Amino acid sequence: MVDTNQIWKYLEEVSDPEIPVLTVNDLGIVRNVSIEGGLCKVTITPTYSGCPAMKRIEDDIIEKLKDKGIENVKVDLVLSPAWTTDWITENGRQKLLEYGIAPPQDEVDKSVLFAEPTNVPCPKCSSSNTRMISQFGSTACKAHYQCNECMEPYDYFKCLK
Amino acid sequence: MSKALFEYVLRLGDDSLILGQRLSEWCGHGPILEEDIATTNIALDLIGQATTLLEYAAHLEGKKRSADELAFLRIDREYKNLLLVEQENGDFGKTIMRQFLFDAYRKLLFEKLLSSSDEHLAAIAEKSLKETKYHLKHSSEWVIRLGDGTEESHERVQDSLNELWRYTGELFFEDEVDTELKGSGVIPDVSDIQDKWNELVMNVLAEATLTIPNDNWQFDGGRVGKHSEHLGYLLSVMQYMQRAYPNMEW
Repeated sequence: MVDTNQIWKYLEEVSDPEIPVLTVNDLGIVRNVSIEGGLCKVTITPTYSGCPAMKRIEDDIIEKLKDKGIENVKVDLVLSPAWTTDWITENGRQKLLEYGIAPPQDEVDKSVLFAEPTNVPCPKCSSSNTRMISQFGSTACKAHYQCNECMEPYDYFKCLK
Repeated sequence: MSKALFEYVLRLGDDSLILGQRLSEWCGHGPILEEDIATTNIALDLIGQATTLLEYAAHLEGKKRSADELAFLRIDREYKNLLLVEQENGDFGKTIMRQFLFDAYRKLLFEKLLSSSDEHLAAIAEKSLKETKYHLKHSSEWVIRLGDGTEESHERVQDSLNELWRYTGELFFEDEVDTELKGSGVIPDVSDIQDKWNELVMNVLAEATLTIPNDNWQFDGGRVGKHSEHLGYLLSVMQYMQRAYPNMEW
């Protein structure tokens, strides 16, 4: 019988369907793994309430564990404590950068009312001379930026705390 | 208690659902690509919140009605959303003004619900608050940009404020449902939120060089199922697939 450490290792092979370079562990959405009486329970939390990837991630976890010979799997969804970008691992941040998505800066964009938007260095040329195009991007978790130096348009994984 | 809580959660869920549906009407029609994406992203957050809230409502009701059935198979008088959120999109300025008035209320409400004695409601508030902060930032910046923009944008967004202001009194509507839940610490006292809402809204409107209308007439009724003419049309579009093809899924 496998133990929970082994399950965590298997979960390393489940990636986010929207950002395939990140595993569910990198994202920090797996909150707990337990095995009780032959039932393997994986607890996950959504990044955003309406994130359409959650159902897919749930199915992918069940399928992956089934491939590994674990038939009796249940995926639970919890809302609290609410996910924060702080839970994205160092490794995950590095992978995002290499993939061309600027990882979350460690501050929430506080400009709810009138401050400058967060400065986000360009993932391609590292310049800090960049600008926010839109607070909302290709998915709920991203904002849209452009580099003023190399002109690269890029996604910013926006900070959520 | 659980009957009052069901009613309350349904009200919040319907606010999210109906506004999410309204905003999704902008999909493919935004004035610029970035705003097309922004309004639909916000719609997605709201529909996500509606799912969580209506799932909880379905659980509280305990009649084996699913969240989907609550969303798609009620008639207009059974929806308990605010009149504000069902108002038509109008131009982009009106959509933004409606969103701003709502976001300011929602953010303040969720902040208070964090300390709700109902753990699940507090968890939903915790999750949704983070998203709502982004929505408020977006809508308040646009109100300022349009209000303090060109003569044309100022006039349009002022007209929208004049039209929508009469639906803001209802944000602070209270009846026996609220009284019961307040007593047990499930929900905050609405007056706490109202003062802060006034302050926040007035600050942004001042920055935007907009003024609230003199006419202080206020509508209510949404919370008890008495809606404006616009809800029926919205529902006929939203419910069409479930009515035409019962139990369909994709």
